[in-house]
Amino acid sequence: MIRSEILKEIAPILRDQLVVCNIGIPSQELHAIDDQPTNFYMLGTMGLASSIGLGLALAQPKPVIVIDGDGSVLTNLGTLPTIANNEANNYILMIIDNGSYGSTGDQPTYTGRKTSLAGMARAAGCENVVEVQDVDTGKALQAAIDGGKMTVMVVKCDSGNAKMPVITMDPVVIRDRFMQAVAS
Amino acid sequence: MSIDRRIADDLVANGVSFVTTVPCKQLAGVIEEIDQRDDIFHIPSNKEDEGMGLCAGAWMGGKRPAIIMQNTAIGVTINTLATLIQYYRMPLPMLISYRGELREPVACQVEMAVHTKALLAQLNIPTYHFHWQKDVEEFDNILKYTFMCNKPVAILTDANFWGGYGDQ
Repeated sequence: MIRSEILKEIAPILRDQLVVCNIGIPSQELHAIDDQPTNFYMLGTMGLASSIGLGLALAQPKPVIVIDGDGSVLTNLGTLPTIANNEANNYILMIIDNGSYGSTGDQPTYTGRKTSLAGMARAAGCENVVEVQDVDTGKALQAAIDGGKMTVMVVKCDSGNAKMPVITMDPVVIRDRFMQAVAS
Repeated sequence: MSIDRRIADDLVANGVSFVTTVPCKQLAGVIEEIDQRDDIFHIPSNKEDEGMGLCAGAWMGGKRPAIIMQNTAIGVTINTLATLIQYYRMPLPMLISYRGELREPVACQVEMAVHTKALLAQLNIPTYHFHWQKDVEEFDNILKYTFMCNKPVAILTDANFWGGYGDQ
């Protein structure tokens, strides 16, 4: 499975949750598959989805699901110790690990070679780290939501992108409707 | 009253309850003060752009955030300031140690000091420079201004403001 197929499958689970979605094609895919006011789309700033999501989870009680990528987490590896040491049990970091920089032309990342993000998350001190195959994403995500414990999910899947339109919504509109959804 | 306590008091009085920090020797006292405050959640970050991400999330979650960092971080965070904090129109008070200014003992710090105000000006970030201890009296108004206009605002605090760098 490629990321867009996973997103289509888990869209019903994501629909009622606060979601912070990674820059580039992941946000375009989620926006096209199931746009919701509870989705915060990153239009720039590669690497910070996990940090934005953690700040949100620490600031309020609703569950927060971050859809991140292997390339983005690799650009912000300092996030893993911060997540581990500031435990928020309403926080799920779901890293779609397709071993490539999808938005820039599928150049390979190091997670397709020797590097294990699950191993790095555990070494950073994250206690609840699960590595799952693409077909098991929905089941694992639902279990993480039901478990009520801070979870790092590393979802191994194939490299590839769906052709989706660029998000043209104004960033302040994305942010404002998201904040209203958070507060409601 | 110490400057450290005054700054922490002003943060609390303005409802700032989520503070991330990347340390600097000049900021050690204020970071320690903030860490001890029950009204403030202190979350150290490993890099300043990561810290701005945390602040963005906290603000969307209903908390007023602030970041405390060194001016070298301006070089690290330009993309984050432009494409996250400014693009989505978010407030962010940035209490910044202005290394490389008068009474600085480390020559390399001057290399970023000479770019600091120019970079902030290029980004159209409102910028205040605390040089004398009495300048801290502006801090309360600067916080109110920041949360009024939903912009990142820089408060540069040099070695003279902090009473010198170490034993210098």
